[in-house]
Amino acid sequence: MSISLLLEMAASDGPDRVAIVDGDIRLTTEGLSALADGGAGLITASGASHVVYVGTGGVLLPLLLFSSARANTAFTPLNYRLSPDGLRQLIDRLPDPLIVVDLEYRDVVAGFGERLMTSDEFIEVARSTEPVSAFADPDDVAVVLFTSGTTSRPKAVELTHNNLTSYITGTVEFGSADTADAALVCVPPYHIAGVGAALSNLYAGRAIVYLRQFNPHQWVRLVRDERVTTATVVPTMLSRIVAVLEAQSADLPTLRNVAYGGSKVARPLVRRALDLLPGVGFVNAYGLTETSSTIAILTPEDHRLAHEARDGAVARRLTSVGRPVPDIEVQIRAEDGALLGPGATGELFVRGPQVSGRYAEIGSVLDAQGWFPTKDLAMLDAEGYLFIGGRSDDTIIRGGENIAPSEIEDVLVEHPDVREVVVVGLANPEWGQIIVAVIVLETGAVLAPEELREFARSQLRGSRTPDRIVFREELPTTPTGKVLRREILENLTPAAAEH
Amino acid sequence: MIKNGTRLKSQVCDTQVIVVKTAASLDDLRCGGQPMLPLDAERPADAAPEATFSDGSTMGKRYVDDGGAEVLVTKAGVGSLSVGTTPLVVKEAKPLPASD
Repeated sequence: MSISLLLEMAASDGPDRVAIVDGDIRLTTEGLSALADGGAGLITASGASHVVYVGTGGVLLPLLLFSSARANTAFTPLNYRLSPDGLRQLIDRLPDPLIVVDLEYRDVVAGFGERLMTSDEFIEVARSTEPVSAFADPDDVAVVLFTSGTTSRPKAVELTHNNLTSYITGTVEFGSADTADAALVCVPPYHIAGVGAALSNLYAGRAIVYLRQFNPHQWVRLVRDERVTTATVVPTMLSRIVAVLEAQSADLPTLRNVAYGGSKVARPLVRRALDLLPGVGFVNAYGLTETSSTIAILTPEDHRLAHEARDGAVARRLTSVGRPVPDIEVQIRAEDGALLGPGATGELFVRGPQVSGRYAEIGSVLDAQGWFPTKDLAMLDAEGYLFIGGRSDDTIIRGGENIAPSEIEDVLVEHPDVREVVVVGLANPEWGQIIVAVIVLETGAVLAPEELREFARSQLRGSRTPDRIVFREELPTTPTGKVLRREILENLTPAAAEH
Repeated sequence: MIKNGTRLKSQVCDTQVIVVKTAASLDDLRCGGQPMLPLDAERPADAAPEATFSDGSTMGKRYVDDGGAEVLVTKAGVGSLSVGTTPLVVKEAKPLPASD
């Protein structure tokens, strides 16, 4: 099944329904479909083997996604914040691309290829080009996304039509949204959640309202002006939205559902959000680029029960990513490959039709039975709730003992003076690695390192108490809020900033 | 065996489907009691669904048999789906909250 069929179904079921709101641009499902047909004609005529997009997204994301699908050409949205060098390195890895670029980034990619046009030009030419609708095999690659490369060179993840449509038909009921529903999408176009949002909302029959560059004040204004009913954010966005709502009114009468994901979220933030917006259902969505977005969901009901419980196993689920979506199987494996039961931490393996596990230049990393190693540490509780403990690469080995940073981070972030915390392992001749907690304090807070160490010691084993506490004004992150641990480590010299 | 991703249409109504999970049983996939046709085939002018297979197909629903086959209705019609004379059933899914 081609992703193009998702649009075809939406357009035949509700041709006049609003599909996209992007500033002054409003497109119906039929309007989007017609434009994508012309876009496919344009791409086919260009002779390109790949379509690349450099820009802030909005209508361009679904338009290029479906135009490329109908031209049976793979599509890659790139991070528009990358340097010219960074962009060039990625574009050079894609075959004969047509580069579509927002006007403001045109100079950044000038000279990168023979085929280059601005987003406005693409739309204008697509309007007057003969439609094309090529047949895509389900196993053809629809989208190639680069991983954020926080730990290594970005990898080019290949998502087939079958991966993406399996995700949509397996998790979204066609036409299930109410006619007045609108989703506010502010995740960037090059993120898997941006691709997922374009497909899932269209299939559900929900209008997509785009906020191309996140700003918490504009987010709140758009929720009110466009009568937004659902929204997706990454944790750093949620934190800034909560701050704005705490400072003014938290009145968002139409908002029913907020999904967050993309990186780890601190429990105090979730509690603040739940208290501030009691009428809103929160959804924690966990997924990877390689799994075509969401593979586990903590539902609004799960949130409510965990929030009310206050302690015990149910309360702890507020830090869980919930349970797997219907067509996904999960396994937790020890380092020697042995299958682990509830309560034990190991590497998370997943399997299902939406899982790609395939990279350009590398090939498939699925094992013989089709399981994908996520490189995430995880644990399942007795009820099947999944807890993610960070990347296995980030594991600290101190004196022979394996320590997941998240275990310490979850404790420290509960201290009232701590706003953000990252725990890393720093090379040390005596211990192999020592535990360093890098802390961002709440505004105006003053905290002695020893006081925080004592706080940790009261709740963790001694060997898990940070050896060193370092304070920072802010933490380096990717635009989607993933903390750049490698950069933090590089800036920690063995002797400097010691407390 | 019919390929995943194959699109078929009814000869007796507007129903169209796409094969999501193939199985040998789909070689005898019918709509309105009549074998389904490739999407680009001509539809006979006078055909009508048999009375016992006229409950209709529902847009966007997944239909399954007990042999693991699954088809998705991409266009609704008045005929109902079956393998041979055994009706396909709608795959019931627990509704999930929007997550992206």
